[in-house]
Amino acid sequence: MPVTIRPRPAAALAAGLLVLAATACAPGSSAPAAAPTPVPTTSVRTDPAALGDVTLTVWDQEVRGGQDAQMKKLNAAFMAKYPNIKIKRVSRSFDDLKTTLKLALSGNEPPDVVEANNGRSDMGAFVKAGQLLPLNAYAAAYKWADRYPESVRRYSSYTPDGKIFGEGNLYGLPQVGEVVGVFYNAAKLKKLGIEPPATWAEFEAALDKAKQGGEVPLQLGNLDKWPAIHVFGTVQGRSVAPDAIRTLAFGRQGGSWGTPENTHAAEQLVSWVDKGYFNKDFNGQGYDPAWQDFGKGKGVFLIAGTWLLADLSKALGGDLGFMLPPPSHAGAPPVATGGTGLPFAVTAKSPNPDAAAAYIDFITGTEAMKTLTETGNLPVADTALQTVKKGAQKDVFTAFGTAAKADGLVPYLDYATPTMYDTLGAALQDLLAKKTTPAQFLERVQKDYQDFAQGNG
Amino acid sequence: MTATSARPGRTTAPARAARRPRPAGGAPPGEPRRVAYLYILPAFAIYAAFLLFPIGRAVQLSLYDWDGLSLGRWAGLSNYADLLADERLRAAFGHAAVLLVFYAVLPLAVGLALAAVLNHAKVRGLGFFRTVIFLPQVIAMVVVAVAWRRVYAPDGSLNDLLRAVGLDGLARGWLGDYAFALPAVGVVGTWFESGLVTVLLLAGMSRVPQQLYEAARLEGASAVREFFAITLPAVRGEIAVALTLTMIAALRTFDLVYVTTRGGPGDSTTVPSFEVYRRAFENGQVGSAAAIGVTLTAIIFVVSFAVNRLTDRATAP
Repeated sequence: MPVTIRPRPAAALAAGLLVLAATACAPGSSAPAAAPTPVPTTSVRTDPAALGDVTLTVWDQEVRGGQDAQMKKLNAAFMAKYPNIKIKRVSRSFDDLKTTLKLALSGNEPPDVVEANNGRSDMGAFVKAGQLLPLNAYAAAYKWADRYPESVRRYSSYTPDGKIFGEGNLYGLPQVGEVVGVFYNAAKLKKLGIEPPATWAEFEAALDKAKQGGEVPLQLGNLDKWPAIHVFGTVQGRSVAPDAIRTLAFGRQGGSWGTPENTHAAEQLVSWVDKGYFNKDFNGQGYDPAWQDFGKGKGVFLIAGTWLLADLSKALGGDLGFMLPPPSHAGAPPVATGGTGLPFAVTAKSPNPDAAAAYIDFITGTEAMKTLTETGNLPVADTALQTVKKGAQKDVFTAFGTAAKADGLVPYLDYATPTMYDTLGAALQDLLAKKTTPAQFLERVQKDYQDFAQGNG
Repeated sequence: MTATSARPGRTTAPARAARRPRPAGGAPPGEPRRVAYLYILPAFAIYAAFLLFPIGRAVQLSLYDWDGLSLGRWAGLSNYADLLADERLRAAFGHAAVLLVFYAVLPLAVGLALAAVLNHAKVRGLGFFRTVIFLPQVIAMVVVAVAWRRVYAPDGSLNDLLRAVGLDGLARGWLGDYAFALPAVGVVGTWFESGLVTVLLLAGMSRVPQQLYEAARLEGASAVREFFAITLPAVRGEIAVALTLTMIAALRTFDLVYVTTRGGPGDSTTVPSFEVYRRAFENGQVGSAAAIGVTLTAIIFVVSFAVNRLTDRATAP
């Protein structure tokens, strides 16, 4: 039988794929050149009524109860005030928005206003790719700096190349604030005969007393990896200076995790594990079940963010209290991990930047802050001016207002590098499970920070 | 087009007719083979557009250093070199290997035993049992994961059960335990895949002629002997299918890990697919993510190829 040379489909295919891989144009080459968008120097127009008929497409992630309600109210009010501007709202959950926004922004007709997550892998990357408009000129025209303190604006600021987080141009404005503090069960404190602690030493004493009283002193659910980041950040704020935390958390050069202060914070956290201040098996407990347990009356304290206020109020009612993490000594300025909700930004390709900026000004204005309060949100500006009922909500408003005014907000530690969320989360699980020592923990986090900060130039 | 017109003889009818009566020639009888490609074309076009092109694109991306937004930088094979050097990633592939045992080997053992018993005993209401066993396959993996997360919780039903029988010492936060988190995730896989394997094997076993068993029984073979001499060889094909499906499921596990542990505690349950997601969508390292994806695809290809080769050879006399 003669040997027949059969075509080899597999080989041909493989060759085809290789050719395609080698000759196709580079990914991202259809995107605009990565040159930073220049700050508009031409005069900006701030009278929306004079802009003619405009349709603004707005992508937000305000899908939950009170969030959705405020957005609907504000959009309706804006369109009633300026009938020439039509808002086309696209609302997606946080996760959906995070995954679709990248594609939307690289297209030729992106939305006009987008709610972009503050971090480096979102807003930072968009700035680097020249997809967001710097809002400095609008900030000056609308006098945003008067109402939004520096510690809040920082979270939406990047240098034009997207490399340095926390300074440079302003790229967006948030509506709501958030701060990580200490929730407590007032009824339990009373039963145990503990006053709400005024200093960090008193707080530790209270934990000890709760332990001896047979209660779970501190609820923690760390299965989801990130919750311990907030607990560590809170402990860290007692021993490390706020500026040092900012350098680390914004991923800037010149900081170090390997300091005696950070070591002290890590050791203190581990000592809480040794003393049994946390619930048993916290690494195997989910975040939601943990705060739900706290809501059911298990646990005296819970270190968590203000976003749990509505749910915990429902569960504990008048027994719920909230305070900023007690300072290291009486009278020390407040320091708390915190930040803002997702900022609203204007896309660089939007044909109507003036209308878009006017919209952002409207939904973050003094009137809007009232609407936010009415719908159960925590407004990021004018917080002290709002009237709310006494109780946990009042506590939260006071706490955020105090921290923001005193410039005491320090960023989430996982903002530092694109990989820090995971590195720090995993490293803290290891530290709390005593798989690593505080020194090893700090070494691992330092490596992630240093690798990024050095390469970032 | 000049190339084709330069060879007029090949497509003209007389030439084809002249070729046909060559029984012992190289080409088999029937239409010329080239026409077959035309028949394949529609399906191939769809396959190429939705599978081959994306794969080619992924291979291309894996050769770039790209953040998903700005212009990518040619990186050659450095993404692949990094994979080899990355200790965490090697651990992820190691975890996938452990999951192979839980996803493929254990379900096969469970499936063989269950199917043999169900088939042998001629259970009444077989259809009902088959449905019950198959049920996990019907539920979305995310739902399965959420449910098992509750089972494994520190105050979940597994620990309640252990405490009820006095085994308080064993109760723990299963998914937060460094030694038990990966096996705990694996057991979910076993639970999930066993039904599929059982139903596949049942189908195969029901095809075995009863006479074979009768003959064996007349010869005095035990039930165990029957199983190894008759049943097992008869379902070789089904075993190949089951192994291919479950091994692929094990290697591409993502949703289960994402929902239950997010790779924790520490890094003790990360798997390659989870790393792909993390790098591409959280860390903005699209090139590196594509490199992992391509590597994983290659591994899956080799594994399924090997499984089919082995069982093919085994079926040959």
